[in-house]
Amino acid sequence: MKIRGKAWKFGDHINTDDIIAARYLNTTDISELSLHCMETISPGFSKKIAKGDIIVAGENFGCGSSREHAPIAIKGCGISLVIAKSFARIFFRNAINIGLPIVETNFVGRIFQDDIVEVDLDKGTIVNITRNQTGDFIKYPEFLQMIIKSGGLMQWAKEKYIK
Amino acid sequence: MTITEKILAAHCGFDEVFPGQFIEANVDLILANDITGPLAIEEFEKADAKKVFDPSKIVLVPDHFTPCKDIKSAEMVKVLRNFSKKHRTRFYDVGRVGIEHALLPEEGLILAGSLIIGADSHSCTYGAVGAFSTGVGSTDVAFAFITGKIWLKVPPSIKFIYTGRCSRFTGGKDIILYTIGKIGVDGARYKAMEFEGEAIENLSMDDRFTICNMAIEAGAKNGIIAPDTITEEFLLSVSRGKGIFYKSDRDAKYENIIEIDVSSIGPQVAAPHLPSNSRDVREFSDVRIDQVVIGSCTNGRISDLRKAAMIAKGKSVHSDVRVIIIPATQKIYQQALKEGLIHIFMDAGCVISPPTCGPCLGGHMGVLAKGEVAIATTNRNFIGRMGHPESFVYLSNPEVAMASAIKGRISHPEEVLK
Repeated sequence: MKIRGKAWKFGDHINTDDIIAARYLNTTDISELSLHCMETISPGFSKKIAKGDIIVAGENFGCGSSREHAPIAIKGCGISLVIAKSFARIFFRNAINIGLPIVETNFVGRIFQDDIVEVDLDKGTIVNITRNQTGDFIKYPEFLQMIIKSGGLMQWAKEKYIK
Repeated sequence: MTITEKILAAHCGFDEVFPGQFIEANVDLILANDITGPLAIEEFEKADAKKVFDPSKIVLVPDHFTPCKDIKSAEMVKVLRNFSKKHRTRFYDVGRVGIEHALLPEEGLILAGSLIIGADSHSCTYGAVGAFSTGVGSTDVAFAFITGKIWLKVPPSIKFIYTGRCSRFTGGKDIILYTIGKIGVDGARYKAMEFEGEAIENLSMDDRFTICNMAIEAGAKNGIIAPDTITEEFLLSVSRGKGIFYKSDRDAKYENIIEIDVSSIGPQVAAPHLPSNSRDVREFSDVRIDQVVIGSCTNGRISDLRKAAMIAKGKSVHSDVRVIIIPATQKIYQQALKEGLIHIFMDAGCVISPPTCGPCLGGHMGVLAKGEVAIATTNRNFIGRMGHPESFVYLSNPEVAMASAIKGRISHPEEVLK
């Protein structure tokens, strides 16, 4: 699967309060959560981005709370992929579980705001089209590929446990 | 194997597990709250699941926005209430509810050697009794509701050995803030933090809970302390059993071993906007404050209230400061009443809140305005954590928080109590 979009660049330790502040967690409504995505550190983010755009961040993306509302808000507002140098562990598993594609790579250092980036999730390759540079990343282990291929944890559960 | 590896192996049917290995483990207890629970229930229902795997192993604790702060949060709690009625799971409504990570151990639901998952990042708290406990997401919880299982990657362990004795006004909170300051907010990312040493052995259960509670602030998967006589005494006081006491083998493999002499550590304060910005309290003595919060899953237990009351006794809160005290559970609240702590706080000019996570996450019961500064015994000081994106949160232990309340600026307890 290939994903192509414009990069929105963020720094290290972007936490779940940055992604979606707790004051908005009194709902599970995806469109409402999406509206406030990244609001604390980038006001108006959900209106600025176009469908398919990509978040590019540094170390420890998604640290803090276990709120699944964070990847839901990111996915819901139209972001197609998050690329980071590293992810906090609960955010990582939440993203895998809900089917938000994420990629871990140091290639982040060669991506700048507004660059057009293309990622091939199957091949593990990444291209900065704007700057004509290529990199790669380590694909997920087989166990996670299985969940991703099912379309998320609950789909996998349906196939395996709920007959 | 390490204690973490032993517990994981025992829960997935292997004799041995190795760091990096993916396992599907059986869970002993599943926790969700009023923020994460409704999402899990939606997923459960979307999957057309008809029943939960074991209702006695599911605990729903509406503690974040309760007593409900608005209509939307009331609707979310209603989802939990209805689900718990339908599936006969455990549920704690207002009047019985407490902050989840203080409540569950107090209710005797956490045993040594057990495997607990919670849709709350501070679920790592329970490692203090020698359990494997970790924060997960709502979908994980929905999956576990159905299957009783969780997918996990076995974490490598880092051993932290604490030597020496804590000085006066220094305890679990200072140890963990100092440690996070040393290794950073991702210093233990994906890893198990195993705490041991003379200083840990001398700590009360409450202080041990505080340490394990904040393992997540270093990015850890779990924090854990091998159970001892203090653990045993605690477990037998709240439950009929104590579970299984594991400890790490002598030849267990660690990714790193870090030694810290606690006798040289003074009370720590973490400056905005990361828990790793921790330094000695004396470096902050010019920081004026508007609000103090003493409570939370980190420091809302009875010994925390005792420590704060010792500082507050016979004193008055500074006229520019408002102080919110939040006993973490009903039992703690009653105990504080019995011991006269609540009187001390009220006489000093503090307000007492019912058990709630409330202000810690900027939810309710003490939200900050633009430009305001708070010192809190909570666990996170991220941008906007307690309210306005341009407000500031400093983290500390209960004695420092109360001393600061009296002085109107961040203060060492010695400034108040000589």
